[in-house]
Amino acid sequence: MSKRIGMEIALAAAEAVALCKPDVVAAYPITPNTHVPEHLSDIVAEGRLDAEFICVESEHSALSACCGASGAGARSFTATSSQGLAYMSEIIPIASSMRLPVVMIVGNRALSGPINIWNDQSDIMYQRDSGWISMFAANGQETIDMAIQAFKIAEHRDVMLPVNVNLDGFQLTHVVEPMEMPDQKEVDSFLPPFKPIATLHPDKIVSMGTLGLPEIFNETAKSKDEILKDSRRVILEVWKEWEEKFGRKYEPIEACEARGSDVLLMTLGSMGETAEVAVEEARKDGISVGLLKLKLWRPFPFEELRKAVKGCKVLAVLDRAVSYGGPGGPVFSEVRSAFYDMQERPVVINEIIGLGGRDVPVSDFRKIIEKSVQAIKTKPEEEYEIFGVRGS
Amino acid sequence: MVEIRWHGRGGQGAVTSVEMLALAAIEEGKFAQGFPSFGPERRGAPVVAFNRIDNKQIKVRSGIYKPDVVVVLDPSLIGLVNVTDGLKDDGILVVNTTKSPDEVKKEMKFPGLVATVDAAKIAREELGVPITNTTMLGAVMKATHLVKMESAESPLKERFGRLAPRNIKAMARAYDELKIAKAA
Repeated sequence: MSKRIGMEIALAAAEAVALCKPDVVAAYPITPNTHVPEHLSDIVAEGRLDAEFICVESEHSALSACCGASGAGARSFTATSSQGLAYMSEIIPIASSMRLPVVMIVGNRALSGPINIWNDQSDIMYQRDSGWISMFAANGQETIDMAIQAFKIAEHRDVMLPVNVNLDGFQLTHVVEPMEMPDQKEVDSFLPPFKPIATLHPDKIVSMGTLGLPEIFNETAKSKDEILKDSRRVILEVWKEWEEKFGRKYEPIEACEARGSDVLLMTLGSMGETAEVAVEEARKDGISVGLLKLKLWRPFPFEELRKAVKGCKVLAVLDRAVSYGGPGGPVFSEVRSAFYDMQERPVVINEIIGLGGRDVPVSDFRKIIEKSVQAIKTKPEEEYEIFGVRGS
Repeated sequence: MVEIRWHGRGGQGAVTSVEMLALAAIEEGKFAQGFPSFGPERRGAPVVAFNRIDNKQIKVRSGIYKPDVVVVLDPSLIGLVNVTDGLKDDGILVVNTTKSPDEVKKEMKFPGLVATVDAAKIAREELGVPITNTTMLGAVMKATHLVKMESAESPLKERFGRLAPRNIKAMARAYDELKIAKAA
């Protein structure tokens, strides 16, 4: 039976990972994600989890250790943030190319510089094209649930890809709140043991991570792209099963009051919760506004997005990262490209909010709703805006 | 929803206070958040931490700018930090101080309810250190009636182990010794 608990979300994430019985945890501490591996090391030390906890000397080594362990058939987990994730960069596409179902929790934090330890999503956006499945939790409950779902999705024979589960640093990692924690029996019945296709073993020699000559490189790229896109089917299946077992529904895009609304906001991560409060308030004031919470970032849910915006006049995409010198925020860029072939498409505006820990209260979301309503009549001149820049 | 801002100094355990209060509220089946001021803390520097408590799920995830309750763990912060900043006029101010609530009320020119307790003395006597984070929990519970004191016992036991009984006693003493000046 699931139990209602109160706990810091980072610790709850570690508890959820422990329920998945990883064989290997390799991690290096970095704010704001530190509490996840720290608590896992406690759980291992207490004897509640029979895992090899590898105290590595860097994040590069952490993911390398996870890749090696995964290749040897071990369920492997790591966690990081920001510069730590950047330091893993070299190994990140190797994990996906080698089809190693490593699960990683990212406590999202701004990439330096200037040096900043606070939340935005620039760290994971930097890894956008690395071939991982990427999902975002909006609260503590989703963090627990996605951490457990991630292993099942990653290790599915039709997928065999690494998964990152993102939770906003501090905004989620450091918050104590109530959550439902599944018990061991429930997780065991949901998540079967990891059955690798091939394993590294001295008695049965296989090669992994070999050279890919130009003659096969296009083909490997195509297969990576197709497998990641096809993982959508398994993700939806796993989420369906989760809903049946635990009663909590997961969709690539969760819609709130979206149908028939003139204006929609689109959020990624924890900002969706505060945005929901603003949307509820605005609706009470008679404003026709709804909300789309994007949960699945890769593979990107193009189909669901096109359906979700039917009939809406303005879609305001809220990003928590900038594609410098590019089209605005990374979510915005995807969304606009999704609409290119649509005959009837909404005006899309882009507000980049909450960078490097800048707080975004309900009142800021109200201002964005207001601006979106104005955009029904007059499309704003600028394609995107970094919201709330002082002195501008 | 009730929003609370705690003022302390790095090392005085304001973050533990918000955790314990949130956990106590969750024990009662309520919804609560407890979170620090999201940043690196330096020992001795002024810090803040926050609680939200409600009977329904809490969605908002921004900072707290207009608290209903302000708690001051360290009286030396008064004058240094504007502790009543944004505090609602009909709100509650709970201060660890040797002063009477009427004195604090006058000094702070705050129209709402003011409650004081010499938590430093209680903490020294019960815990042997002037760290008032658990002691002040009792004061907050008495002043706000948000959470029952018994509900904090299990989180305190979990956190402090063999030191829990002393913390629970310090909390109970602050509950009993709190002095209240009603709103004008």
